[in-house]
Amino acid sequence: MGEILANYDFVGAFWLTIQLSVLGTIGSLLLGTIVAVLRVAPVPVLRAMGTGYVNTIRNTPLTLLMVFSILGLTYILGLQISDNAKTNAFWWAVIMLSLYHATYVCEALRSGVNTIPPGQAEAARSIGLTFGQSLREVLLPQAFRGSIAPLGSAIIALIKNSTVAAMIGVTEAAGLMSEVVENETGTLGVFFIFAVGFLIMTFPLGVAVTWMSERLAVKR
Amino acid sequence: MSAPALFDAPGPKTRALYNVFTVVALAVVAVIGYVVITKMGEKGQLAPYMWEPFLTPVAWVEYLIPGLLGTLRAAATAIVLALVFGLLFGMGRLSRSPFIRIPCGLVVEFFRAVPVLIMVIFAFGVYSGLQLFGSALNPFIAVVTALTLYNGSLIAELVRSGVNALPKGQSEAGLSIGLTRGQTLRQIQLPQALTAMLPALIGQTVVILKDSALGYSITYLDLLNWSKTLGSAYGNTIPAYIVAAGLFITLNYLLTRLASLVEHRLRSRGRTAGAVTQAIPAAPLGPPEGEEILHPHGHQEEPPR
Repeated sequence: MGEILANYDFVGAFWLTIQLSVLGTIGSLLLGTIVAVLRVAPVPVLRAMGTGYVNTIRNTPLTLLMVFSILGLTYILGLQISDNAKTNAFWWAVIMLSLYHATYVCEALRSGVNTIPPGQAEAARSIGLTFGQSLREVLLPQAFRGSIAPLGSAIIALIKNSTVAAMIGVTEAAGLMSEVVENETGTLGVFFIFAVGFLIMTFPLGVAVTWMSERLAVKR
Repeated sequence: MSAPALFDAPGPKTRALYNVFTVVALAVVAVIGYVVITKMGEKGQLAPYMWEPFLTPVAWVEYLIPGLLGTLRAAATAIVLALVFGLLFGMGRLSRSPFIRIPCGLVVEFFRAVPVLIMVIFAFGVYSGLQLFGSALNPFIAVVTALTLYNGSLIAELVRSGVNALPKGQSEAGLSIGLTRGQTLRQIQLPQALTAMLPALIGQTVVILKDSALGYSITYLDLLNWSKTLGSAYGNTIPAYIVAAGLFITLNYLLTRLASLVEHRLRSRGRTAGAVTQAIPAAPLGPPEGEEILHPHGHQEEPPR
């Protein structure tokens, strides 16, 4: 056990997982907000674009997106982000995590928008705010506060799904795990290390999200 | 579901603005489409021979249908087992005895926190290390194990929250007519909770179907793996993946529609049972979709006899 710990770079693997998770979270929050705005926009074409995006990406396995980014986009279409294969795979993983989880962020925000009483939007309009202004100043802030719990689950899911990057050769937690499982025997302890590692990453976040969603909920 | 009316009926000026937005949006889509198509054209991905295989029965009979069957077999087995696991541990978490409740809670929380891929790799490592099921079956059983543990834990949580969301009068009524706690749970609370959970359960099958693609990492022959083989055989990797994605999207989209259909039916049934009906403001918010947290339908009152 100690030998396995000494021979493999556990800290480095988890550090990669954290990097993937943080960058993916930023990307998916940005893109997800944009898609959510599209989905509640007054223009039918914009709504259709948002809905089409969510229905397409959310129903595709993340594994397929990841594998496609390397075998399809990099190798065949030549869309290389970096000449270094590792860096290239890392950034494609970030992009695919962002694209995929943006759909969950979008749906979380939309459920947040649905918790806002109609009076809020009506009040915003009646004082003369435009759609964009009422969205920015009145609706989205409340939607974010109302959707902290589903947003939190989306981010926790993203942290766990960052392991799928192992499929394209990013040696984050799951990548290292498969290396160890292949080469060593008696890997139950190793499994627990990874499991506990993810518990440490997700459990406090879950507690914080529950606390925040109660604290920040809009009192009505 | 009543959606807030986020915007007014547009006036002439706003309509003109909407038209501008429509044109801009369509232009953006057109540009993206153009870039994708020229890029694919440059690399010869649009050549007819790349796509023709999908019009022949060979590609379907020898690659795609076995792939679909592999995916469906793993998903179906995992759904059934996850339901059993979820019911057992969900009931365990509702037990009054801490000796049952706490271990069940620990198991559920543990498997909910561990990424499915880690479980898939570990289960496969153990099975092939011990040569438990033979090399042909190991990947299948590893995928099913991981999917069952993860989704079973999620279903256990669904069961628990579904039962807890029922009105208190239900369990009180059961206890007052002399049923034991177990009988109340099994005969009164669970049937109602399960019906209310149905849309979420169907939604979970979408997750299972998508996650079965994780078997790709341990050479389980699912749709993704078969389409990779197809891509190598015909030299059309990109079209093969696009067709596979199309199949996944169609399947999952149909399942999602089914979930919202069931939810709609449950809700309208609840409404006729005397729940408060709410006037729905006219809001052109697009089709309502069953994506929010489900509410248990209103409890039906039996007429006194």
